[in-house]
This record gives sequence, C-alpha cells and structure tokens, in this order.
Amino acid sequence: MVKGKINNIAVEVDEGVSILDAAKKAQIKIPTLCKHPDLPPGAGCGLCIIRIKGTPKMLRACCTPLEEGMEITTHDPEIVAVRRTVLELILSNHPNDCLQCGRNNNCELQTLVADFGIRQESFQKFLPDVPKDDSTRTIVLDPQKCIRCGRCVKVCQEMQNVWALSFLERGFCTRISPAGDIKLADSPCIRCGQCSNHCPTGSIVELDETARVWELLQDQDKHCVVQIAPAVRVAIGEAFGYPLGTNLTKKLYALLRRLGFKAVFDTNFGADVTIMEEANEFIQRLQKGKGHLPLITSCCPGWVDFMEKFHPDMIDHFSSCKSPHEIVGVLSKTYYAEKNNIDPKKIVVVSIMPCTAKKNEIIRSEEMYASGSQDVDVALTTRELARMIKQAGIDFVNLPDENPDHLLGDYTGAGVIFGATGGVMEAALRTAYFLLNGKNMEKVELNQIRGLDGVKVSEIPINGKRIRVAVAHGLNHVEYVLDQVREAEKNNKEMPFHFIEVMACLGGCVGGGGQPYGVTDELRAKRAAGIYQDDKSSKQRCSHENPFVQQLYKEFLGAPLSEKAEHLLHTHYHARPVYAK
Amino acid sequence: MIEEKKSMQEEVASLVEKWKDKEGNLIMILHELQNYYGYVPRPAALELSRVLHAPLARIYEVITFYNFFKLEAPGKHTISLCLGTACYLKGSAILLNEIKTLLNIEEGQTTKDGLFQLDVVRCLGCCGLAPVIKIDDKIYGKVQKNQVMGILSEYAEHKPEV
Repeated sequence: MVKGKINNIAVEVDEGVSILDAAKKAQIKIPTLCKHPDLPPGAGCGLCIIRIKGTPKMLRACCTPLEEGMEITTHDPEIVAVRRTVLELILSNHPNDCLQCGRNNNCELQTLVADFGIRQESFQKFLPDVPKDDSTRTIVLDPQKCIRCGRCVKVCQEMQNVWALSFLERGFCTRISPAGDIKLADSPCIRCGQCSNHCPTGSIVELDETARVWELLQDQDKHCVVQIAPAVRVAIGEAFGYPLGTNLTKKLYALLRRLGFKAVFDTNFGADVTIMEEANEFIQRLQKGKGHLPLITSCCPGWVDFMEKFHPDMIDHFSSCKSPHEIVGVLSKTYYAEKNNIDPKKIVVVSIMPCTAKKNEIIRSEEMYASGSQDVDVALTTRELARMIKQAGIDFVNLPDENPDHLLGDYTGAGVIFGATGGVMEAALRTAYFLLNGKNMEKVELNQIRGLDGVKVSEIPINGKRIRVAVAHGLNHVEYVLDQVREAEKNNKEMPFHFIEVMACLGGCVGGGGQPYGVTDELRAKRAAGIYQDDKSSKQRCSHENPFVQQLYKEFLGAPLSEKAEHLLHTHYHARPVYAK
Repeated sequence: MIEEKKSMQEEVASLVEKWKDKEGNLIMILHELQNYYGYVPRPAALELSRVLHAPLARIYEVITFYNFFKLEAPGKHTISLCLGTACYLKGSAILLNEIKTLLNIEEGQTTKDGLFQLDVVRCLGCCGLAPVIKIDDKIYGKVQKNQVMGILSEYAEHKPEV
C-alpha cells in the first residue's frame, strides 16, 4: 500500500494504482476522454493532467501511479485553464454537428464541453476530409468525429483480438481505419460493436434502423411481431433512470404492444429451443460419437464471424444450431403463421438485441431464409429501442406489467441466463443432465462457470462421467482455450474439454456492443445479477420443462434434431478470408 | 500471374528467414521489401502478415507512420519540387499548382500512366537557382510557370501531336 494526499485528502491505495483511480477514492473526478476502465491508459487526450508538489511539469493522472508521500493537486485555476485549452484544441478538429449526431445528449466530449462552459471557437477549425464508412451495415465509422483517443483501436486489437481498426499515419493525418484504407466490411471486422460502445464521441455508432421499423409498423399490410433478447431487459432501464440491473421484462412486453407490434415474443423462448437442439447435439457427440468434441457454442454471431475468419479449423466443432432470435424468427414465419392462419409473407420479425453483430447475422447465409423469406427482418440494438420509446412518448417507467404472447413468448430460467457469460453452457448442461439421467440436477446453479473471469474451466459430473467445460468471453481469451484443443488434436491425446462456450463480448451479451453506454465490470456484474435473479425466481428452470417448447415439438417439429428441426433450426459454417481485399 | 505471386511469396519467405528471431524485424523486412519493389505492395504485406503472424493492421500502422515507406508503385520519373524558403519566395507554390493541374495528381501521388511521381521537398541545396524543380537527377533552375509544360514533355514517351 502507498499513502499520499490528493487535494489535501489522505488516500491509501495498492502500489501501482494510478492517480486517476486513487482520486476516485477521495471522491474527486479527474476528467478524461481516453482512459476507460476496461482499457490500459493511453495518455491520449491530455485532460487528466494534475500537479505533484515538487514537480514543475503537469503530469497525466491516468498513467502516473500514486507514490508514497505524493502531494497532488487535481484542480486549481491553472489546471482548469489548461484543460479548457485542451478541449478547445480537440474542438478545433471536431465538427459542430452535435444536433444531428448519433451521440447527441450522450457524448463524453459534449458533456465536458458543456461542463467547461465553452461558448466560442478559440482556434481555427481544421477538419480532415475523410469519408464515413457504413459498409458493414451494422456500425457507422465517421473518422471526422474521431478525437484520436485510441479506445476503439485498443478494444479492437487488445480486448477483441480482431485487429480491424488501426491508427494510420501520424500527426494531423492520424486516422482510425482498417489497414490500407479499405472499407470495414472488407476488413476482419466482426461487427461486435465494442468500438461503438467504448467511443467517447459519435465517431463510431450503431447503424440506426428505427425509421425502418416505424415504417413497417405503419404498414397496414404487414403483421409485425417482436422479440427481446435476454440481456436487453436488464439494461434498457439505464436509459430511464432505473437502478442498474433492474429487470424490466414485463414492462417491455407492455411497451412493445403499445408501439404497435401485433405479437410480443421473447428470444428466451428461442433460447429454450436452442438448448433442446444443442443439448441433444452434445449428447449425440458425447455418447454416439456422432460429430466432433468438444462441442463449441455458436449463438454469438460475433464469435461465429471470428471463428470463420481466424479459426476455420474449428468449424467441425461448432454447434450447427442457430441462435435463439433466428429460431424465434423462423418459427414466427412458419409455426406461428400456420397456427394463426397468417400469410408468412406479411409477417415482419423485429429483434431487439444487445448486439450490433445481430444486424449482420440476419443475412449471413441462406439458412437465415429457412422460412422462405428473411427469417428476421430487422435487428435493433438496446440503444435504438431506448430512442424509439422516447419518440413514442410512452411513460415507460409507469407502464403496467404485461405478459408475452404465448407460443413463442414463455421462457424458463435456462432461457434467460443466455444473456450472461456461462449461461448457455449452464442451460445446456441442465438439459443434458436430464436427458442422460431422466431427472433434473439437484442444484441447477453452476456457480463455477458464472462470473467475469476471462476463462472459466470446470468439471461437471454427469452420469458418472466428468464433463470438462470451458467458458471464454472477450475474444482475446479464446486462443488460450482453442490452443489446448489443437495441442490435444495434434498429439492424439484426450480432449481437454467436452464443451466450450464462447461469447465475443466481455461479460457475454449483458456487455454487448449494442447496450447502453458506460459499461464497466461493475455494470456487467449488475446486469448479470438481474438475469440470474430472473432465473432464480422462475418456476421452471430447465428448457425441457417449458410447456410451450414441449407443445412446439409435439405439434410442429416432431423431436429435437428431426429432419424438420434440422432444416429450420440449424445452419452451416464456412471459412472466410480475414481480408476480403 | 501465378509465377509472379509465387516469387512474391518466396521473396517474403526469404526475408522473414533472414530476419526471424531478431527484435524489431518487421521494420527491417519492410525496408528490404521496399528496396526490392520500390514500395510495399499489398499482396506482399498480406503475405508478410501470414508468415510473421503479425496482424496486417500492425504492419500498416508501421508503414504509414514512417514517411519513408510507400504503398504505391513509384512513378518512372520522380519530380521533386522544392518548397524551401528561397524557392517558396520565388514562387514555387505556383509551380506546384501548375504541375498538379497538368498531371492531375496531388503531392505524393503517381500519375495514372505511372510516368511521374510528385514529391515536395525542402531545399535541394541550390537556392541561387530558385525556384527549383528536380526530375530524377536533373535540376531545372529559375523555372517560370509557362516553362513547366515544356519540361514535363521532355519525359513524355509519346510526344503529343502538334
């Protein structure tokens, strides 16, 4: 531990803790636009300058550790004046189109400029002429709004190990771009959207498709149905002042009806169906040797894209099962259409997702058109839904609770935990255990695979066999797991794992790229807690117990992995080039 | 085409072999690639990324950070236009505009036919001749705007019909 004084307040922190973090302990906020709790310091923006007694220069608090006996001043008239100048210099390279910006009212730069009361331009404007890039159809990169803080580059390279974004050139010409100024869609970008979630300005935002959804809702010829993903319900409240992690499932059902959707479904139902298929797939591979072990989960489209580009040797290990929202999509246009005598061509499926990659998943391969047309028509992010709620003038906070539409709306605890890292694995093991033993686990909570450790390894006893599982989230944690599989394969040794779950985003979907801004580990944990609470309070906690899932198989699909189920609920994977150009 | 690709692979492989295990090898390999090709061709960078297990983004970060590295094939003839103090005062900015207009390129670029590359330099060490244009190794001093066309056409491979 080291002791020091910040603005005359005594603080004590572990060795190596930055002055920026130490100041938080003394209830002092030092402004920064480049440091993010998820990322190492980059000393990019220059706003966090402070003064240390006995040192003539101002130093950056983000990358200066507190040392024993330091006496620090974080705010005095001169420091504030320098910070103001730094902001004015940033503004001299930043467009003034806040009113039309995707981050209007939600921008870290805008907030600081407002806090500092900057009312005029002190420096001549210089805006580089770099075009916008919306080629991915999921996120929009506007390099002109970039303040070169480097968060997105670090997220893309270090957190996600994707390396789509980089800093090209130097000085005034520095810009964020894929290597060689190609379009993002031709780069390794997996559309996870973590860059957009960490960007302090509107330089990277999700592609806004709310206008399209309003149009579809207006169209009297269309029958619009909607579904919400597990992680959305515990994050949407952040946009309306709810305590972090509040579960708003039932208010969302009421809300979506008021927006004009004819049926309100839940992606958690799809998750229960995914588990029926995937648990059976796992048992086939485990017991009958049909297919490769370890089985690797495939419901995360960012991870699927990453695997197809960087780890195509793992294709045979992948579960062929579609992701839950695709399943609700295809069942809406087949099963639901049939039962309600609606022309599937008139049905529009909108998915509310915590994820930008879902916008690309809905067109990723021909299997996403298994119903005869595009199974999911539009995927909106949590952030887009929050805007729609505000546009609709609905007093979300005071809405009554409602229930979903049956058939594709009711879910078990296993369905909802898909939204947190480890959840898919836990849900699958609950049902796999039942399928092998004819009864449920005594304790369905698998705490050893919950939580925010990057890689979680465990052994779960099922039917006398110890099932070795690994759960990874945040793509920089994946290689460690896959390399163990490769090593065993190479040396013809027993596989280190039977089952692997991967989610592209840290924390799983609760930390998704389409979620409200300001994510930290603390927030991820609170959102996950909301999800696990939902599971805990569910009457049924295993997917196979869902009466509507049972009805679906009885009336429509036959059995898990039946021919019809394979056709509607499963997909294929193909190696893709890392660079299309 | 296939042969050419193969030779690029071989070239990259031999350079990687030469510099492997040496710290900071990326920049040395890029130097040698540029010496060999006159620039760093994208296929060579992609191949280098594959062999070195270095992300292409990292390779391009290095290439674009240093002014020295080029991503486009150099022109057959290099025009060096001086914007040093003496030349600037004697009107070299006007010459620069004239060349840009005539060749339809910006500084640092190469004409579509690959004949000319336009570089801006600071002081060629003959300020008495300001303003100065250098093409390859030949110096043109006290150049007037209306002489530029004539100078460039000395290098034209198909003389325009009069």
